[in-house]
Parts: sequence; C-alpha cells; structure tokens
Amino acid sequence: MTDPRRIALRPLARILEARQKGENPDAIERENLRLRHEQQRDRLRQRAESRLLVLAICFFAAFTAVGVKMTALASSEAAEPRSATSGSSIISTRADIVDRQGRVLATNLVTNALYVHPHELIDPEAAAAGLAAIFDDLDEATLLRRFSSGSRFMWIRGSISPEQQQLVHDLGEPGLLFGPREMRLYPNGAVASHVLGGARFGEQAVNAAEIIGVAGVEAHFDEELRDPARNGEALELSLDLTIQAAVEEVLAGGMTIMNAQGASAVLMDAHTGEVISLASLPDFDPNARPRPLLEGDPSQSPLYNRAVQGVYELGSTYKLFTVAQALEEGLVNTETMIDTQGPLRMAGFSINDFHDYGPRLSVRDVLVQSSNIGTARLAQMIGAERQQQFLGRLGLLEALDFEMIESRQGRPLYPSNWGQLSTMTISYGHGISATQLHLAAAYATMVNGGTLVRPTLQRQAEPQLGERVISEETSMALREMLRAVVAEEEGTANLAEIAGYEVGGKTGSADKPNPNGGYYEDRVIATFASVFPSNDPQYVLVVTLDEPSISVLGETRRTAGWTAVPVAAEVIRRVAPLLGLRPQTVDPELAYSLSSASQ
Amino acid sequence: MTEMAHGTVLVQSGEAILPRWWRTVDRVTLACILTLFLIGLLLGFAASPPLAERNGHEPFYYVYKQAFFGGMAFVAMILTSMMSPTMVRRIGVMGFFGAFAALALLPVFGTDFGQGATRWYSLGFASVQPSEFLKPVFVIFTAWMIAASQQIAGPPGKTLSLFVMLIIVGFLVMQPDYGQGALILFAWAVIYFVAGAPIWVLGLVAILVCAGGVFAYSTSQHVARRIDGFLSPEVDPNTQLAYAANAIREGGIFGTGLGEGSVKWTLPDAHTDFIIAVAAEEYGLVLVLLIIALFATVAMRAFFRLMKERDPFTRLAGAGIASLFALQSIINMGVAVRLLPAKGMTLPFVSYGGSSLIATGIAVGMLLSFTRSRPQGEIGDILLNRHR
Repeated sequence: MTDPRRIALRPLARILEARQKGENPDAIERENLRLRHEQQRDRLRQRAESRLLVLAICFFAAFTAVGVKMTALASSEAAEPRSATSGSSIISTRADIVDRQGRVLATNLVTNALYVHPHELIDPEAAAAGLAAIFDDLDEATLLRRFSSGSRFMWIRGSISPEQQQLVHDLGEPGLLFGPREMRLYPNGAVASHVLGGARFGEQAVNAAEIIGVAGVEAHFDEELRDPARNGEALELSLDLTIQAAVEEVLAGGMTIMNAQGASAVLMDAHTGEVISLASLPDFDPNARPRPLLEGDPSQSPLYNRAVQGVYELGSTYKLFTVAQALEEGLVNTETMIDTQGPLRMAGFSINDFHDYGPRLSVRDVLVQSSNIGTARLAQMIGAERQQQFLGRLGLLEALDFEMIESRQGRPLYPSNWGQLSTMTISYGHGISATQLHLAAAYATMVNGGTLVRPTLQRQAEPQLGERVISEETSMALREMLRAVVAEEEGTANLAEIAGYEVGGKTGSADKPNPNGGYYEDRVIATFASVFPSNDPQYVLVVTLDEPSISVLGETRRTAGWTAVPVAAEVIRRVAPLLGLRPQTVDPELAYSLSSASQ
Repeated sequence: MTEMAHGTVLVQSGEAILPRWWRTVDRVTLACILTLFLIGLLLGFAASPPLAERNGHEPFYYVYKQAFFGGMAFVAMILTSMMSPTMVRRIGVMGFFGAFAALALLPVFGTDFGQGATRWYSLGFASVQPSEFLKPVFVIFTAWMIAASQQIAGPPGKTLSLFVMLIIVGFLVMQPDYGQGALILFAWAVIYFVAGAPIWVLGLVAILVCAGGVFAYSTSQHVARRIDGFLSPEVDPNTQLAYAANAIREGGIFGTGLGEGSVKWTLPDAHTDFIIAVAAEEYGLVLVLLIIALFATVAMRAFFRLMKERDPFTRLAGAGIASLFALQSIINMGVAVRLLPAKGMTLPFVSYGGSSLIATGIAVGMLLSFTRSRPQGEIGDILLNRHR
C-alpha cells in the first residue's frame, strides 16, 4: 500500500478538468482530504483493535497469574512461625555433661516459658496483680504499663517451675501463654561451676529455645554439645564430682581461716594431664549465673576463674624449674655448693633472702630452704636464652590450649626484654606470671619422669608421654628434693606432712602487684605446688590463696608455708583416699610384710 | 427549507436520559463494580475494627465512613457515565489542569501526615490525594492530545503529552510516590501503544522504566528494602508480606470464618494495601477468586467493547482508564501473593479510603461513558465502501 501522504491532494489533471468545467477545484482537495482521513482512520482503527486485543490478553494473563498464585498459596500448608516446629523435635538436643564416673554435671529439663499476648488479656489489672504475686521480682505497676504499651507480644519469664506454671494457669487468663522449652540444669549447684560455665537461651521461639553455652566447657564444646549427630551422647569430663566437692569444701574452709580474698586449686593427674578437680572461690550457681561486672576489676566477680584466668606471679614455686634446668644441663649436681651471700646486687637492684642462709648452700638446700640468691646464681649460670627456651618448652610462656574458653585469657606475662636481671628474678618466680594450671602442668612434667604434660578436661585412656623435657634421673632428684621441702626441719612446707601419705612440694609467696605500679608490701599470692605420693607422684595439687593472712603466736603470717600449705595438706588428707591411694602405715616394714603376706 | 437556511434544528432525542443510559451502559460492568464495592464494605467490617480501636473510634466507624464515601462515589460514577465522551473530554481536560495545579502546589500546601511523603491535602474531615484524581484526567488529557495528533496537520500531541507526563512523574517522584508515578507513566504508554506507537518507542519506554526503577532502588532506601525483600527467597517472618502470605495460607479454600481471622490485628495496612489478605483469611480462596474475576471482567469487557469503538479519543481514553484500573488491582493482589515487590497500592473500590474511592468512582464513570454502546457508523462503512 502506498503512503497516502505521497499522493497529491490536488491532482493536476483533475483540477484542470474541473477548471475547464467551471467547478471549484477546492472541492476536489476537500474530497481527497476526506478520503485520506477515512483511510487513515480505518488503518488506525484496525491497528488499535489488534493492540487492544494484545492489552486484553496481557491483562488476562496477569489476572490469571495472580489467581493461580493465590490458589497455590491458599492450598499450601500454613507455615506460621509459631507452628513451624513441634515441641518434640528439640528435646534433648544438647548433650549432657558427666564426670569421669558418669555422674551428671549438666543436663536438660523440660520446662515452660511464660509470655503474654496483651491484646488477649481479659483483665490486665488482675493479670498484673496475679503475676506480681507469683513472681516476687515482678512489679504490678511495671507489668501493667508494659501490657498497655501497645506491644502484642512480650516475654515474662524464660523458664518457670511447674508450681509457678500451675499458679499462672490458675489465674485463668487466656492472654498468658506457656511455651515449652528445655532449660539447662546443673543438679550439683555451685560444684564445678567454673568448669561448667553455664548456658543461656539463644534464639527464642514460642515453643523452643536454643541453649548456648556462655562459659567454661559449655562454651568450649558448644558446637559438639549441640550437634544433633551426637545423638544425645553425654560429654565425659575428667573431673571427679566427689573429689571436686571435697576440694571445694576444704578450700572454702581454708579461705575463711586464712582470711583470704579468694582461693583456688587444681588437682591433676601427673601422667595423663587429666584435671580431676578445678576449683575457684568465690564461685556461683550456674543455674542462676550472675551478671558479669561491667566496670571495675573483673577478678572481683565470682565468675572469675582464678585457676584458669588468673595470671599471677607464682614466686618460689619456679625455683624447681631453675634447679631442674641446672641439673639437667650438667651445670651442677644436687650437692654443688652455691654462694648465697646476700644481698646480691645487680644493676641497681638487690636480691635478698627471706632470712640469711649463710655464705653457701648446696643446690638441694637452695631449693629446700628456698634461697632467692642461690637460685639467682644458678640462673646466672644458665643464662637468659636457655632459661627462656626451657620455660617455653614447659609451656609457661603461652596460653594453654585447654578445654575452657577462659584459658585463652590466661596468657602468661614476662618481660619483653629478657635480660640478665630478668633471668635472675624469673629464676625464683618474680617478673613472670602464669596461671595455676600452667604451674600444675609444669610440675607434672617435672615429676612424672620428665615428659611433657598438657592439662585436659577430657578423659584420657593412657599417659600422655609427650616430649621429654628432663631426664628420668633429674626427675627423680627433683622428687626427692620436693619431698625434703615437706619432710625436713628446714623445709618451707613442713605443715604438709600428713600421716599415711608422702607429700612433696614447693611453696611460693609473691607480693601482689599494685595496679598503680610497684608491689604491695602486705598482700601476697600464696601458692603451694604439691605432688603425691612423692616417691612416685600420681597427682599434682596446686593450691593458691589470694591475700591470706593469719596470726600465729602474735605474728601476722602471709607466706605460703603458713597459709597455702596447711590448706593443701587438708585437701590431700581428704582426697587421697578418694583417689584410691593407699595410705602408708606408720611402720613401712610392717606394711611391706603385710602386703607381701596378702599376695 | 428552513433547515437548509439555518442549519439543523435541535431535535430532542426521542428517549429520556435515564432509560437511554440504562439501555446503552455496560450493565455487567456496573454490576461488577457494585459487587466489588459491597465486598469492600463486607471486608471493612472485618478489617477496620482494629484500626478503629487504635484510633479510639467505635468498631465500625470506618465502615460507615466508607459507605458514605461509597455513596458519593456511586453518584459521581453514574453522573459521569451519563455524559457523552465529548462532555467527559471537556470536563476532564479542565479537571486535568486543576489536578495538575493541585499536584504542583503540594510542596507548598500539602501535608505528609508524618509518613515522610507529602502526598495529601488535609481538609480537616478528610484528606485528598491529588494524584488519585490526576490519574483519570491525565488519561483524558493524553487521549485528547494523541487523538488530535492523528488528524492530518493536527497538533504535535504525542510530544506535548510526553512532556506533560514527564513533568507529572517528576512531581510524583519528588514527593516521593514512585507507585503513582509508575502508574502515570504506564497510562501514557498504554495510550500511546493503542494509538499505534512504533515498536522502538515502546522499547525505549521499557528501558526508561527499568532505568527509573534502578534509580529508585539506588537512591531510596525505602524502595531498596522492599525490592530486596522481594528478591530474597526467604521471607522475614515479621514483615507485612509474610503475614499476608500466612493469612492466605491459613484461609485455605473456604477461609477461617467470619471475624475469625487474625491477620488484621497484625497488619497495619490490613484495611488498605493488604485487604486481599483479610479476604483470603476470613473468606478463603473462593472470595479472592471472585474478586479477581470481577476485576478481570471489568477490564476485559472494557477492552472488547473499545475494540468496536470508532472514535479515536474514546478508544484511547477508555483503554487508558481500563488499563489503570486493571493494573492497580493486579499490583495490589500481586504484592500480597509475592508476585510483585511490596508497593503500597489500594485495591480499587475494595480498599478503605475516601478520596481514592471517589476518584476511582469518577474514573470508572468515565470508563462506563466511553464503553456505552452507541451507533458506530457501520452503515456509513458499507456506503463508503460501495463508493470506493
């Protein structure tokens, strides 16, 4: 079809013809214009017709799509959040924690959460009054204000007891609703609270709540405990609940008698590294975990785990490592005489002994009588580099890889510039800090025959037999010296002598550092690191008292020999039988004949 | 002879106005609209008590208000539908200039009711949203312009209306009201399409729309959040969308029953943008499909009747208004079923809203006027063809 616009409106032939006839040629133009108009109109109408059809089809398709989607949606299952999960699927998802004898340390309890739909409350005033009567810490006015805040949903309690549930039920309010959930229960209360840590509710839905470990092994093993593939199999710890309870009880008594601010103890198997008991006082009930302190010294909080988080100077207990290294490297033997003439001056700093030990002491007596000067002399022979290496091999210079998240905070402190003066002070445990757990592990390494031990909270089937740090002979010599510290008149730990059990150990009393610089004169951390039985040590016990002081014969005593040692002795007296250690009779020969007769 | 000398005398049509109206108007569409409005009232009984309670009114306050405005809307609709297309065009074009001025003056005199977008004039007893009224009269204006441009040596109506459209969209985006802006753009595009637009122009418009969408997405956090929500496969269970979807599921085929629904208590826009969710929950799929069918019927009938229409203006204007009406209902329901990203758009006649109701009434009145059956000169066709 030719473009009508290209056809002239005034065709010359027709115009001329019209003129000849005397007609008005404009009529021709008008007629042509009309025709063209009509043609265009028809064309546009046809096009519009087809386009309207296209539109109609498009819209019909869109309406159909909406209808189909609507049908699909309406015939699918309702998946409202509240009905998404059934209660049974969450039961026992978090594994129990048991001690080495299978006794339950942490388990789950099905309970109910209480929540409110304020718009469904028939009588909000009565409901608020009723709730305030049931729960002591809820305030009627506050509740009423919350109910009328316009919120359509609010939690009242994360978990309530069956008695409370019945009481709430008896209020008869349809707007008070219960959501079933599991809560973490620690049936032994505060026993082993620091090890277990605690748990809290994570994501809360109306009919289930996630339990998240917040501290201790609950946090460290959080993923394992929550792993559904675990199928509810309990997590077995190396702790012994009975022994833990005994240690805590004795420690609490000792803390009171010694007027200490805090006390802690680590009892560890010297060969396997298993931690049998780990206690820190003051403690808390993990069922109602207190809030962490937001300001001030976190170590003032009962949540603070002194044995794992507390990095302290552990004083003379470090002398064992110095003596061990000196022996191991063949620099001295136990009878080598060491110059103990004091004071030892070095770089404007003088090292003194607790009292004067005379001009010379044997290496053995340096340890037994705890001479700072003698130990510093040994350190001078060893030198900074080798000392640092040795302590590093013992794991005393880095945070432990232990199964509690708090252990990451227990990072030892030592001078960045490990010069000669540092070498000498570090040799007797000053200017270097570590946790009690570090110390226990290092002592275990020293006395178990010389192989490295890492502390662990998981059951071990056999001795760790790690890297050899010192020889069997050195280890033997150390045991003998540690025993002498307790057994000999001049030893600093005579009070640890217990009938029936041979205990060895080393005391350490370090002045507490003042946060404002320097050290306090009258505040000490008293530590006793003990091993028993000393002829073939099975266990290491480290007891630490924070700021102990007792008055003995009119004198104020703070040193470990007077404070930590008797507490540790009492602990050993209580737990050694529980550990299955056989007490030695008073007469060794009689015991021998009895035991050979019985065989 | 008098006629030859003085032109035709005005001859009264032999038929009275009302019977003629009743004979020529699309009665099926009229019935559909009436049904939709009644459904809207019924749903208002279900959906608006929570709002009334929040605002401290008696439970059915908004239902009575809706019925009152509905009555006004019906009067407006029927009056409009009685006009001839030419009359509608004249009044509509005047109305267009008025509405345009009202829109332009919004930044000066308007109020945002604390919702962050200045879209309303507050008249004390009611609020008026100029863009609601602008939509139908803009269609009239555009159809007039483009129809005129189809005359030989007619005015450049396409370009002119394009510029006017861009200015209006600009005003709407400034408010910001992307939804109404998109509707205006869409209406223009439909009219242009029916008027015989070249395909490449349509492609250009499509590109412009996409660019505008991207612009809105990148500059407005509000828009971006909604689109992200739409694109993510998981619905955040606390959004209006999730509640709406759940309400539809809960309803199933026959619904939870009158007054048994709960979604109206959770959705702030239950009485407007998500009225279809309330319908689905309480009355089930049956009522929803009925509503969809009613809207589809109105639109389809309009298109098919307009296909027979010979007057270009009537055809274009009718197509524009029918498309707007259909699109608005599709967007509203499409959002509730997550076919489309969340965009607040009322469901014509069903959603609560005074000024929107009256504006929709006028628009549908225009549509009814355009689709009235009238002689289309088929006889002339036959005669002309014989001439050719």
